[in-house]
Amino acid sequence: MKTLTIEKLTKSYAKETVALDEFSLGIDQGGCIGIVGESGSGKSTLARILLGLESFDQGQILFKGLQIPPKKKKDYRDYRRDVQMVFQDATSALNPKLPIWKIILEPLDNFKEVKPSFIKEDGLSRKAVASHLLEMVGLEREFVDRYPYQLSGGQKQRVSIARAISLEPSLLICDEPTASLDVTVQFQILELLKKLQEETNMTILFISHDIRAVTFLCEKIVVLKQGIIVDHFHMKDLYKKNRHLYTKQLIKVASLS
Amino acid sequence: MKKGNATLFNLPITTKLGITLVSFLLILIFFGEWIMPYDPFQIDMNNRLESMSHQHWLGTDQLGRDIFSRIVYGAKLTIGLGVITIILSVIVGVPIGLISGFSGGKIDAVFMRIIDAILTFPDFILAIAIAGLLGPSLTNIVIAIVLVRWIVYARLVRSQVLELKQQEYILASKISYSSKWRTIRMHILPHLIPTIIAIGAVDVGKVILLISSLSYIGLGAQPHIPEWGAMLNDGRGYFQVVPALMMYPGLAIMLTVLIFHLLGDGLKNRFDIRKRGLRK
Ligand SMILES: Nc1ncnc2c1ncn2[C@@H]1O[C@H](COP(=O)(O)OP(=O)(O)OP(=O)(O)O)[C@@H](O)[C@H]1O
Ligand SMILES: [Mg+2]
Repeated sequence: MKTLTIEKLTKSYAKETVALDEFSLGIDQGGCIGIVGESGSGKSTLARILLGLESFDQGQILFKGLQIPPKKKKDYRDYRRDVQMVFQDATSALNPKLPIWKIILEPLDNFKEVKPSFIKEDGLSRKAVASHLLEMVGLEREFVDRYPYQLSGGQKQRVSIARAISLEPSLLICDEPTASLDVTVQFQILELLKKLQEETNMTILFISHDIRAVTFLCEKIVVLKQGIIVDHFHMKDLYKKNRHLYTKQLIKVASLS
Repeated sequence: MKKGNATLFNLPITTKLGITLVSFLLILIFFGEWIMPYDPFQIDMNNRLESMSHQHWLGTDQLGRDIFSRIVYGAKLTIGLGVITIILSVIVGVPIGLISGFSGGKIDAVFMRIIDAILTFPDFILAIAIAGLLGPSLTNIVIAIVLVRWIVYARLVRSQVLELKQQEYILASKISYSSKWRTIRMHILPHLIPTIIAIGAVDVGKVILLISSLSYIGLGAQPHIPEWGAMLNDGRGYFQVVPALMMYPGLAIMLTVLIFHLLGDGLKNRFDIRKRGLRK
């Protein structure tokens, strides 16, 4: 059974703006799936719908066999634990008034009974748990007491990732997590995501307008244009002749810049 | 000069002035009982309308009561009422603003209608009307003003919530399975509290003026109570003979309003600076 099945998902904001048009996709557990498309193609809309932050008009979404968003309280709770998100703008994703450790621990605090597998010892202080998560995303333990404004953009994005993986979700949705970072830092964040994916076997749904980032990270790639899937291929077929014209354009634009 | 090392000595002069004046007020409020040379209610018909002297620093009123003692006693009453009124307005207004901004939709629309309806009247007129309906007393004045004043906080909080709601950390909080209340406590209240305190401080000044005005026109404190507005009203009949009867309470009101204004402004600046620092 697929972990995530999206069937004919349709969402329009007004009569004219159809953000997603009969979008269908099946995703197995593990691996990285890339969704690429230009601005306004409906990528963020898809992410928000999958996270239950937005309603949709038609179609259905099944996550581990359950309708999204789940109606029953227990199912909803499991879904919240299992699907997490990394945002585009790390500055806006971290509350400036809170120290890093409080930010990171917000999800774990809501699931007191959860014992993450990366915590080997018993009776660790909350700050120690936060420091451990920081280490997992390649930051120094000392950062726990800092505030977001004392971190660089890339470091903030790592904090945001630490928070998202703290509950060990099986699906991690990343909506342009590297778009606001400079190129070398973008690469480091992608490497981190790749490493985390391999270690935990979670599924990463990686959304980006940058086909280079997507091809670096993902084995399977979906090309979205105005809410419609125009191309759907495996990474190794990227340069095959039968690629959709639009995909070829995206590759060309990316290699130019 | 090193940053973040502000001692009492290198603060700006206005802040120093503000701190001095506020401590002066606090002393009046908390140690007034010991400062007062006379019982502010003690009538002494043998010493009516006296001018300044060693016995009566600010003279006596038409019933021979010591004006200085009455002013000191009035400080606690007037400022206390102002502070209580604002605290009550915050208690009513903030939750309404939170609910309205956070839930949006119909609930929001209903609250906004109510607020718009109340706002069509100037708040002084409305307070007069409500106080007139409820009957003249200090409690009723406080109720009347709270019924008008909560709007300030409801609107302030609502607009800030609407702004904060766009922040992705609020979404992240929802995705983390935080309850609405936890999201508010963690991510919204810490942003609101400084603003509420700063605006509240200025508002205390405004409300003191409002309470005094209502007492002056006879809707608030009754004449024998040394609330400053009531004292003004009380001294009105003798104003031409003994201007001091109105001058001192008038001055007291003016100074207090000024102090709270300075205090609020100072707090606003301080919090703004921190905000800018945090947004870097
Ligand atoms: N809240 C909204 N109200 C109305 N229209 C919206 C809203 N959100 C998105 N849209 C519209 O839906 C379409 C898809 O938007 P979406 O944000 O999903 O695009 P995107 O692919 O994420 O673009 P970008 O790469 O710029 O982030 C756009 O035409 C956009 O204008
Ligand atoms: Mg987007």
